[in-house]
Amino acid sequence: MAIIEASGLTRTFKSRKRTVHAVRGVDLTVGDGEIVGFLGPNGAGKTTTLRMLTTLLRPTSGTAVVAGADLLRDPLGVRKRIGYVPQAIGQTQGGTSDMCLVIEELLDQAEAYRIDRAEAVGRAAQLVKQLDLGGLDQRLVKTLSGGQRRRLEIALGLVHQPPLVFLDEPTTGLDPQSRSNMWEHIRALRGDLGTTVFLTTHYLDEADALCDRVFIIDHGVIAATGTPDELKRQVSGDVVTLRLNGATEAARSLLAVQPVVREVSVADEELRLTVETGEEALPVLLRVLDGAGITMSAISLSRPTLDDVFLTLTGRSLRDDSPGGRDAGGADGAAAELAGAGASAGVGAGSKE
Amino acid sequence: MSFIHDTWFIFRRQVRLILRNPAFLTIGLLQPILYLVLFGPLLTNLPAGSLSGGSGTGGAAQAYRFFVPGLLIQLALFGSTFVGFAIISDWRSGVIERYRVTPVSRVSILAGRVLRDVAMLIVQSIVLILAGLAFGLRAPLPAVLMGFVYIVLVAIGLASVSYAVALLLKSEDSFAPLINSVIVPLVLLSGIMLPLTLGPGWLQGIARISPFRYIIDAMREAYAGHYFDTIVVEGLAVSVGLAAVFMWLGSRVFVRENA
Repeated sequence: MAIIEASGLTRTFKSRKRTVHAVRGVDLTVGDGEIVGFLGPNGAGKTTTLRMLTTLLRPTSGTAVVAGADLLRDPLGVRKRIGYVPQAIGQTQGGTSDMCLVIEELLDQAEAYRIDRAEAVGRAAQLVKQLDLGGLDQRLVKTLSGGQRRRLEIALGLVHQPPLVFLDEPTTGLDPQSRSNMWEHIRALRGDLGTTVFLTTHYLDEADALCDRVFIIDHGVIAATGTPDELKRQVSGDVVTLRLNGATEAARSLLAVQPVVREVSVADEELRLTVETGEEALPVLLRVLDGAGITMSAISLSRPTLDDVFLTLTGRSLRDDSPGGRDAGGADGAAAELAGAGASAGVGAGSKE
Repeated sequence: MSFIHDTWFIFRRQVRLILRNPAFLTIGLLQPILYLVLFGPLLTNLPAGSLSGGSGTGGAAQAYRFFVPGLLIQLALFGSTFVGFAIISDWRSGVIERYRVTPVSRVSILAGRVLRDVAMLIVQSIVLILAGLAFGLRAPLPAVLMGFVYIVLVAIGLASVSYAVALLLKSEDSFAPLINSVIVPLVLLSGIMLPLTLGPGWLQGIARISPFRYIIDAMREAYAGHYFDTIVVEGLAVSVGLAAVFMWLGSRVFVRENA
């Protein structure tokens, strides 16, 4: 049974100077109880699609049924049945307030879903345990570590026990240990509660470790769908990188026709060849270049990296868009300054970590 | 019903947050108290009759009957227009989005905050009026209560529009200059500090565009014990209109699908 059924979702942003087609046409189906990942470089349309599916953004066109409710006709129905954990990096943060206690955030979230107090207290206690937040209930959110805060944010998305939860970049900005710890929690969600998890990530290893199925999105369309293994098979193979003394284009056309070579690309004056088995391909490549009188200054052989996968599937490199960290210090400082000048700025000052 | 429940819910959350940092309550009040203490005495020696709203008795009683309503409006004006700053940091922390994905009414996300601001303003105003009494303000109780109606309406309108504009701009750097460039001329043209009747004709002429001018005149009229004349009704109409239009605009922004 499908818990998300979307067809032809598009979203166009108009600014004074230009029109940006952030999402050009997304069709997707997610089955009940699946963990699916939306994988793509920054700006590919992941978050825009997620925001449409969670009623934060109205699609320019297209339709979707999310958790049994029609996205356009019954957004409130969608909101009641889904959990949403916003991304914790970039313009906006993960949705917790510095000056709240951990327990207050949990109980407030429960009240937002009209869960009565006694039940809310029970669920909060259970989530605190489930997400390793024990002993932190009475702490101010701003005193939590990055990993603790992220787990709290995930707990907030689960307070009403939704059948479907959206996690936007659940582990971006976390240290490696917190990341693998978070993966355990996400797996347990599905394992223990049967929750369907829809997450976005730009880490292939995350998609690999967590997801039953991956949608690769680029330039606002879904470029590939499949299990991580299926996707990896498409890009498997080793990468040979050659630095030549000129004649890069000639070498490219020569090597592109070799049976051992699956793909050729040129980047930074270097020739990158995807081959089935590097050890066997190297002698062949060297012989071809030698025969053509092309000399080289360097050669290297590597197993596919995350970057190679992206390059092959999306034609874009992941290296160009490393995500920013959690940083709201400057803005908070401004708010505090203005408050001092006679404004009432409510919650504001105080930086994270 | 869900609107009332949700507004109350957001209100309680916001009150809890402001009480955790009560400095903001005090800071907002500091400015009008300073005006009361350091500027008010200058008015007590003005010739009788130069301040509207008195009945020619002159002296401290008349001066503060003129000045305190002005300060109350000033408190409402500055306090409410600057509330938008708080929602920019709330937006940045992701809290606004978090609530937009819950079943909480999106208008309540605004209304609960505005309600908190109104409650804050009432507390601050009571402190200011008590301080005024200590300085020699004498005004009938019904007038003081009527004054609250005006400032609450002003606060509802301005806080709504402040939150909406801040949420559209999403940047303190553009919000601050915008607020200042709108509020300062409006305050100057409202006759908060000194009666506009002291000014030349052209100044009195352009002062007619400031809605707050009508509201202050009405409050002063009430403080002078006149409850049912044209000025009072005019002021009430302006403040109700202001609150209604700005609340409507604010709600529009909060309900928008992509705010």
